Amino acid sequence: MDELLEILNELHPDVDFTTETGLIDNMILDSFDIVTLISEISENFDVTISAEYIIPENFNSAQALYALIEKLEDED
Amino acid sequence: MLLTSYGFIGFVLILAILYYVFPKKLQWMLLLLFSYLFYLSWNPLYLIFIAVTTVTIWGCGLLIDRNYETQSSYLKANKENLSKDEKKLYKSGMKKARGRWLLLGILINIGILAVVKYTQFVVGIFNGGKGLSFVTFIVPLGISFYTFQAVGYLIDVKRGTIKAEKNLFKFALFVSFFPQLIQGPISRFADLSETLLAEHAFDWKNISYGVERVMWGFFKKLIVADRVAPAVTTLVGDIQTYTGAYAFAAMILYTMQLYADFTGGIDITIGVAQIFGIRVTENFNRPYFSTSLKEYWRRWHITMCQWFREFVFYPVSTSKAIQGIAKFSRKHFGDNIGKKLPVYLSSFVVWFATGIWHNAGWNFIVWGLLNWFILMVSEELEPLYEKFHGKFKFSNTFGYKIFMGLRTFLLISALNLFDEFASVGDTLKEFASMFTAGNYHVLVDGSMLNLGLSALDYGILLGGVIIMLIVSIVQVRGSVRDQIAAKPYPVRFMIWFALFLVILLVGAYGIGYDSAQFIYNQF
Amino acid sequence: MSTKKKIGIRVVVSVLIVVVVLYLLQKLLMPKYVTGIVEGAFVAEFYEEENKDFDVVFVGDCEVYENFSPITLWEEYGINSYIRGSAEQYIWQSYYLLEDTLRYSNPKVVVFNIQSLQFNESQSEAYNRMSLEGMEWSMTKVNAIKASMTEEENFLDYVFPILRYHSRWSELSFDDIKYMFNSPTVSYNGYFMRVDTRPVETVPEGMQLADYSFGDNAWKYLDMMRELCAEKGIQLVLVKAPSVYPTWYDEYEEQVEEYAAEYDLPYYNFLELTEEVGIDYSTDTYDAGLHMNINGAEKMASYFGKILAEEYGVEDRRGDEELDAIWKEQIAEYEAEIDRQCELYDVDKSTLYRYRESDN
Repeated sequence: MDELLEILNELHPDVDFTTETGLIDNMILDSFDIVTLISEISENFDVTISAEYIIPENFNSAQALYALIEKLEDED
Repeated sequence: MLLTSYGFIGFVLILAILYYVFPKKLQWMLLLLFSYLFYLSWNPLYLIFIAVTTVTIWGCGLLIDRNYETQSSYLKANKENLSKDEKKLYKSGMKKARGRWLLLGILINIGILAVVKYTQFVVGIFNGGKGLSFVTFIVPLGISFYTFQAVGYLIDVKRGTIKAEKNLFKFALFVSFFPQLIQGPISRFADLSETLLAEHAFDWKNISYGVERVMWGFFKKLIVADRVAPAVTTLVGDIQTYTGAYAFAAMILYTMQLYADFTGGIDITIGVAQIFGIRVTENFNRPYFSTSLKEYWRRWHITMCQWFREFVFYPVSTSKAIQGIAKFSRKHFGDNIGKKLPVYLSSFVVWFATGIWHNAGWNFIVWGLLNWFILMVSEELEPLYEKFHGKFKFSNTFGYKIFMGLRTFLLISALNLFDEFASVGDTLKEFASMFTAGNYHVLVDGSMLNLGLSALDYGILLGGVIIMLIVSIVQVRGSVRDQIAAKPYPVRFMIWFALFLVILLVGAYGIGYDSAQFIYNQF
Repeated sequence: MSTKKKIGIRVVVSVLIVVVVLYLLQKLLMPKYVTGIVEGAFVAEFYEEENKDFDVVFVGDCEVYENFSPITLWEEYGINSYIRGSAEQYIWQSYYLLEDTLRYSNPKVVVFNIQSLQFNESQSEAYNRMSLEGMEWSMTKVNAIKASMTEEENFLDYVFPILRYHSRWSELSFDDIKYMFNSPTVSYNGYFMRVDTRPVETVPEGMQLADYSFGDNAWKYLDMMRELCAEKGIQLVLVKAPSVYPTWYDEYEEQVEEYAAEYDLPYYNFLELTEEVGIDYSTDTYDAGLHMNINGAEKMASYFGKILAEEYGVEDRRGDEELDAIWKEQIAEYEAEIDRQCELYDVDKSTLYRYRESDN
């Protein structure tokens, strides 16, 4: 989780990712951010989030995103 | 049948009466019947194309759905006696099978689209600009729109976000729903089907809101778009004569025409759908209030952009190939480049595709890639901007926002030039002439009156643009129609009747006006 | 007040306002044809006639409404006639205008000018408008519109002319308000008078045509006209007015003569009868031979009236009190118009054929 927060903070230093739950809905992350994020995750966690998982529910908060990563790691 | 023809008004009127008189469970069937009649009125041959798309996508969707069902019942039945690895193996096998059905559906339908729209262009590339002379392809109206809508549905089914539609005829309605058939919006099944296939009781709010929206679309199309059309045609038709200031005028007038025509057409679409109680996704969000190109592409032709983002940009950027390239670059060129490479490469693909989606031709390819280039450069420069704005405090002032808006408007207008002129060479020549010809006196010495528009026409255009602007400003506070609905009846009535009279009297329609075809339909 | 009642009142009042405003706007925006192109008013004027019991009805284009004076026909022969002419009236329009006229009149003779056989389809929306718009609504008008519409036209534009003239608001003049509901009659039983003169100097030679044969559609309506007359016991008479232009080709003449012979119809080509009629192209035309002025029209009426009376037994209705009174008034207006135009075009009234005759 800390690793993920680090990635996120690097992307948007001005956002408090531990509390924010509307990353997509409030248009904090745009499509470029998402793709950058996915390649960072792919680099650090060894899972690739494929397009079908790119839905607001999975990206609205750091929590949700981490849950997704764990789920995908588990499936691998 | 053009959306601004008497025929279309009568068509909607008849359908609306039947729709609310007949039993509600017949409503969607009536819509299907009338949608096919509508398409038939353009060209009976079109029906073959849309039927093929409907049946193939529907079939593939069903097969994917069945695959999901088989998978879950198999896993349930063998919950106990399968190891984790066996389950995983089974699932990935099933997933591959679903992928094959998806691929089949996409290949057939994008294939049809490619053949009818791009054969001549592609052959031309290898044949010195000449296409095949012995065949002409009919390009069914709106094929790019309904194909994308249908393919989007299939991808959604494959991803499991929606269940496949079992009823072929209901699905046929989703593909062919007539108000959006010619020029979109490109609806998602989850959004549209809910109201499209539901039963609707007569509701005055839907009718009045729908009619208001339709009238507003007529206003944009008949007062602005169709009135400015002759001047644009003249200016674009003779690029030897019309250079410099004329090219600048063509650029501005065309942007005006495109905006009024396309957003007006969508207003008619959404309004007509609302008359039937059906909610069609918005396609625009005051695009010229954007302060950057990136923002513009979130506000203009929203459903198309969304389609490309979800069905091209994300899959490409998360694909093994792109992620592999990213990893490779990280190792060899450093973290910074490796991180950004997927974005740059996949947006390149998206903008190339967006370009040729609009039309087969170099103009649109160059147009798409220029959009890509500008977006990437501004992405790179963003940190610099932020530093700049940190130093100077005026960047939040209203005046600066206006400046940014104007800059964006001019940028988009300049990009639109590729849509106006016949070739990339012509476009660049015309663009360059704006800075070299030095004939800007023609804008004020009366020469503009020789383009097919009188002083009165320009006055009407100006009035139309001002009214569109005012409506947009009012809209910032919330739905204009909600605001109208809150007024007492006499005021509402005055607004309706005034709008109707303005369209009736000032609209450019009938004899003496070429009712300009939708600019956005053969795409 | 209950909500239902309130809504009911709203609907009624709203619809009423819409209908009244649109009606007034339509009246305002439609061309008035009182000054300028008066030909546009002719078709509608027929219905204003108090007594429509005409014995002779002319149908056709400008070659009838400028070339025969019904006044002279009455003055000299007591023939009660009316011209249902309009600018560039196509033959299908002539047919339907005849059908329309027969709803009111039971003439003995119908005269048709065959120049319009040259057109097989409507050429101009503007002329369609002028011929059709004035017609009263009936199935005849519906059919006339359907037969006339060019590709760019729309039936609805005839039902609601405001759709056609919606953009005229930018060119409205005081006349549009003045004549919104009532406009004065501009023709004399369908006759369009001009007193000025522009002599024929040269006759332009007709262009070579690829094909001189009249089209099937044109023939169809001539057949229909012939059959309609036969059915009603009306004598159909074909004429060609003495207009030197547009060119009346020999090939045209042959086809008409053949047709007339085949169906035993009388046919008078006034181009070949100019001497008998006494047409003088230096004094009898106001536009170098395209149309007759009052001199030519009166001479034509004088000559043709004799034929109508003697050959086809058209009655002398003079002595009928009602008609005498109507015509007396009509003649007074006719002469007032001559005076007005003489002043306008600076013409010496005594040089006109009408007054020369009486001097003699």
